[in-house]
Order: sequence, then structure tokens, then C-alpha cells
Amino acid sequence: MLKLPIYLDNNATTAMDPRVLEAMLPYFTEYFGNAASRNHPFGWKAEEAVDYAREQVANLINANEKEIIFTSGATESNNLALKGVFEMYREKGNHIITVNIEHKAIIDTCRHLEKQGAEVTYLVPQPDGRVTAEQVEAAIKPNTILISVMYANNEIGCINPIREIGEMAHKHGVLLHTDATQSVGKIPVDVISDYIDLASFTGHKMYGPKGIGALYVRRKNPRVKVTSQLDGGGHERGMRSGTLNVTGIVGFGKACELAMNEMAEEGVRLAKLRDKLERELLTLEESYVNGSIEHRLPHITNISFKYVEGEGLMMGVKDIAVSSGSACTSASLEPSYVLKNLGLDDELAHSSLRFGLGRFTTEEQIDFAIDHVKTAVVKLRDMSPLWEMFKEGIDLKSIEWAEH
Amino acid sequence: MAYSEKVIDHYQNPRNIGTLDKSSNNVGTGLVGAPECGDVMRLQIQVNDETGVIEDAKFKTFGCGSAIASSSLATEWLKGRTINDALTIDNMDIVEELALPPVKIHCSVLAEDAIKAAINDYRTKKGLEPILDGKKHY
Repeated sequence: MLKLPIYLDNNATTAMDPRVLEAMLPYFTEYFGNAASRNHPFGWKAEEAVDYAREQVANLINANEKEIIFTSGATESNNLALKGVFEMYREKGNHIITVNIEHKAIIDTCRHLEKQGAEVTYLVPQPDGRVTAEQVEAAIKPNTILISVMYANNEIGCINPIREIGEMAHKHGVLLHTDATQSVGKIPVDVISDYIDLASFTGHKMYGPKGIGALYVRRKNPRVKVTSQLDGGGHERGMRSGTLNVTGIVGFGKACELAMNEMAEEGVRLAKLRDKLERELLTLEESYVNGSIEHRLPHITNISFKYVEGEGLMMGVKDIAVSSGSACTSASLEPSYVLKNLGLDDELAHSSLRFGLGRFTTEEQIDFAIDHVKTAVVKLRDMSPLWEMFKEGIDLKSIEWAEH
Repeated sequence: MAYSEKVIDHYQNPRNIGTLDKSSNNVGTGLVGAPECGDVMRLQIQVNDETGVIEDAKFKTFGCGSAIASSSLATEWLKGRTINDALTIDNMDIVEELALPPVKIHCSVLAEDAIKAAINDYRTKKGLEPILDGKKHY
């Protein structure tokens, strides 16, 4: 018997792996020490656990453990990377290059930095959601200090050519930061061969706990430094003060170890399920996959069902938990800026659903989701005036719509 | 966001979905909203020319659950009313009946606009002046 609703929103967050919880439990009560307490065994035990986890985290991205700065999550890591680099390298220049479909934690941090005197270029991605190294290179100026390009997009899953961008950035002596929140633990991310100088990622997107993340900060070729954004005890090599979240760190480390061991196999399994879901849903007329199909994370698909509104569709698929590109809850009725910036018509952006599969997704659940979504789309199209017009051959663009 | 039971009921069992012959002389059609805003409602009324009574009402809506429920409710309320009486339907009546939250008030506004647009379409067909909506929403 299937337990409903089915969770298919693994790009928002993931369930914690029971093996992660198991690793964490002793550190809540038995080994509760402060990792910065140098004078007694309670502190030593906590520090030992943190050191071990730091290695597990570093190994997953082929970094040195000294290059891992623990934070509260990817949003903090992104803030620290951008603000920290801007403040540290201000004298070298003030220009930052990013992309207009980055996560809000990047976009809004850039907006903040613009008020502090930064000059930011927001690149427009290709229609498949990716930017090319040539595109980024063309934006480099003498005052460019940082490029921030996400490894993979959170709404459509497309993967950027980070290695090419990184190689190019190094050639120009510009730092590369990547928001790797969606990709670390899902696909191989290697900070050495990808020429990454800073990378943000987080525990809860890879079956670890919430409230713990990391910023990778390269130590050599080149040695990168960021200005601390939290003043205090000088933890994390002075880059991020604050008592370490030992339980979170232990869980994060365990999650990284599991990902490292299981990622390859899991990716193949999830891609197969995702492809089945996608293939079946595309048998519905006028449905489209958003973003790159070729360069994409294995566990995500974002599909627009034309002539059906996303939020209405969400209500019709209440037995599965997914995300919609339509946000009809604000006065502005703005659809997803990511889909809009890909050049999608607003109506297609409003009609999209994001499916995110995960470690605990089964084929039975996918079969259920296929039927469930198909039924809802057909029902809603039967009550959609736009579908009727489409079927009558009326070009919707020829109609003068009354804006409201 | 949680939907009210009435919204869920209208969404799951929409009343009066369908299409009336828009070229018919006694059918008024109102098409409001815009696809890029995520809401389009089409509301149609069939009027008895002698009595002015709305004998049938149909809708189709592209939109969220609240938009579907607002238009479904509107068709229920329209049937059996005279067109003059139908003009008194206020969007806030819909908000109250469906317990719409503030962020969904625009759905009720759209339904009221659709009613007025359908009535005006009918009036135009009969050679009457359209009624201007002087009401300010929000």
C-alpha cells in the first residue's frame, strides 16, 4: 500500500537518511562538548568528531579538510563567499559576474553588494538554462574579481560547464565561486579538476540534517581568503565565528560519506525513474521539458503542461508533493523568474511542475505519480478556456487580454 | 496554504463547466484575465429575452483553485437571476462565501468582472449600452 502523499520535492529538501541520524544521536546527549573546549575530554571528543566529519565532507569534493568552512547552510555560504570576497579583494576590483537564474541567495546578495559599490553583470543563460565559458569570458573586465555560477540549477536541474568556466577564470586570474547546493552528493564535483575556488553546499539536500552547510575555500593555487561576516571567537580559520554545530557537522559528514559511496549507483537508478516519469508525462499533448535535457542532474525534471495553470494543477495532484513555477499568491502573480529568464512565455512558466526524485523514491511511487498527474492535467484542460481555444485553432497571442 | 472546504468542493466538483454558443443572440460571453497573469475566466450566460432571467450559465477557467471555485460559484449564483439582479453580485460576497484569503481576493474580482463582461456582451448584442463599472476594487 502506497503511503500518500508521495514526496517528489527533493530539490527543496531531502529526508534524512536513518544512517545519518544514527551517527548524530550520541552527539546530542553523550558527547555534547564544545569542539573549541581545549581543556577537557568533552571538548576533545567533539573536536575529534568534527575533524572526522570535515574529512568526510572534503573527500566528497576532492578538497583538503582545511579548506572546509562550516556554516549554517548554503544561503550563509553564498553570502560569505560573495560578501567575503568582495570585501577582501575590493582593492583589486569591484566587478562580479553572475547569471540571472541563480538562486535568490546569490541574486539578492549581489543586489546588496551593488549598494556597497559593486558592479555586477547578470548574464542571460542560453535557452537551455546554461551559460558557456565564452559567454562568461566575454564579460570579464580589468576590474573583475569574482565569477559566481551555479553548478546545477535548482528549478530545472541543468548543469553548467563549470570545468570550462573554471579553467578560463584561472587563466584570467579571476576567482570562481559556484553554488553547488544541488549538485554535491548527486554528481561528481571535484574542486581541483573543476578549477573551483569557492563552493557552497548544504547537508539537507543530500539526506543530511538542516542547519549545516559548508563553504569550500581554496588554500593554494591560488590561496583564497574571505572576510568574516560574523565576528566572534575566530572559529573556522577566522572566517566564520560561532560555536560549531557538532551534531549537524557529524550528520553532514556521514551524509557526504554515504553520497560518495552511493552516488554513482543512485544516479543511474534515479535517472531511469526520472526518464520514465518524463517519457510518460510527455505523452500528454502540449507538454514540454524546461531546460537542458542533455546536461542535467539525474533526479529532476521540470515540465510545463500548456493551458493548465500550475497552482490549480498542484491542487489536483495533492497526493504528490511537487513544486510549481507559478506563484499566484502575490498581488503581482509573478511566475518563476528562472523560467521567465529562460525566455519561456509567462503562461508556460505558470504551467510548470518540478519533480525532484530522491534516495527513497520507488518505481511504484513514480507509477502512481504518472497516473495522478495525467488525470489532473486532463481534468483541468477540460475546464480550461485556453485549451478549448487551442483546440479550435485560435492563436492565443491574437487575443487582446485585459490585464488585471 | 490551506484552501477552505468550499473551495476544495468547487474545485473537485465544479458546477456548470462548459460552453454555450457564443454566436447565439441571447448568449453573453465574458472573457477576462490574461494567460501571463495565470488566470483566465470565461463565463457565459444564456438569457431569456422576454423576462431577462439568466436561464443557464457556464464557465471555463484557467487558474488556481480559488479562481476555479470563484467562477464555479458565480455560475451557481447567476442561474435564475435577472441580469439586473446579477449586476449586484459583489466580489466580496464571493470572498465571504468561499473564505478566500487576502492573496486570493483577485480571483473574486476576476469573477465579478467576468459576470459584468458577460452581461455587457449580451447587452451589446441587444443594442444596449454597456454598463460602465465605476467600482474600485481592493
